[in-house]
Amino acid sequence: MSWHVATVVGARPLTGTARALTLAVPGFVGALPGQHVDVRLTAPDGYQATRAYSLAETGHDERVDLVVDEVPDGEVSPYLVRDARPGDQLEVRGPLGGYFVWHDADTAPVLLVAGGSGVVPFLAMLRARRSTGRRAPFRLVCSVRAPADAIERGEVDTPDRGFDVRWVFTREAPPGWPTPPRRITTDDLAAPGFGPDDGTDVFVCGPTGFVEAAAGLLTALGHPPDRVRTERFGGA
Amino acid sequence: MSSPAAPAADRTALDGSALAGTLSEVYAFETTRAVVRCSSCGHTDVLARTTVHLSAMGGVVRCATCAAVLLVVVERPDGVRVSASGAAWVQAPPR
Repeated sequence: MSWHVATVVGARPLTGTARALTLAVPGFVGALPGQHVDVRLTAPDGYQATRAYSLAETGHDERVDLVVDEVPDGEVSPYLVRDARPGDQLEVRGPLGGYFVWHDADTAPVLLVAGGSGVVPFLAMLRARRSTGRRAPFRLVCSVRAPADAIERGEVDTPDRGFDVRWVFTREAPPGWPTPPRRITTDDLAAPGFGPDDGTDVFVCGPTGFVEAAAGLLTALGHPPDRVRTERFGGA
Repeated sequence: MSSPAAPAADRTALDGSALAGTLSEVYAFETTRAVVRCSSCGHTDVLARTTVHLSAMGGVVRCATCAAVLLVVVERPDGVRVSASGAAWVQAPPR
């Protein structure tokens, strides 16, 4: 698969460390919700660095929508979050992946489990569900450190028939929140209509430690391993 | 490879999705749904569920069951090279 020249056409801050970026990418077509792209930067001396980022939205050919969360001391994300501005050029390869994908013709219940910026591929799935008018039941469990770290919380919390969301705050909860800060538990993942017997498709995305913990809880609930799709992300 | 076993509580481990772009330089099919069989233990699963460690030079793909090295992917100036000596076979996904 070849690299495409991409031009930054939009940038929008989302949290203190995360930013939405829109790129115009001639030749980039056919992306599905859950897929990712590789982004390559080239320094004036020729040094190149490549990182993978999930698509935050699909359905528009020749356009790439990303949400990038800055990794301190990273090689690529600090540029994308702080420095990239409209008109800047970089390179994109993709769309990539076929395993961690929700197909909008699927009618099975979908349980999405996100740690931090692991919510990004699920934004693409939620947006595809809304824009295509599909009615597969969706439940999103989203674990973040603090309210200020929640990406697109307003959009995610917008009521939608057949969709529910549970936020889990691990270090700082909003004022008046019913529970103190805590880790994700079995109770968050077990919901009527989203169990193993409902034929649920489960997607888990986040840092490695989060993914392993959540996948362990899901397996203990009886979800068959082949219905629990995971995607781990690293840094930089 | 200094050791066949990856560290037990490894917080840097990724999965096969992380190499989808690099492997697209080598394979004509979509690799995360491709099936790979471990030569060491016989475990057979899609590449998305393997354990991957990335470095500036490429990546090392290990069996999720026994941690044996399945593939070593090296990004060379003249092209991407895959050593698949730990894989009994790799099968393209259904279309």
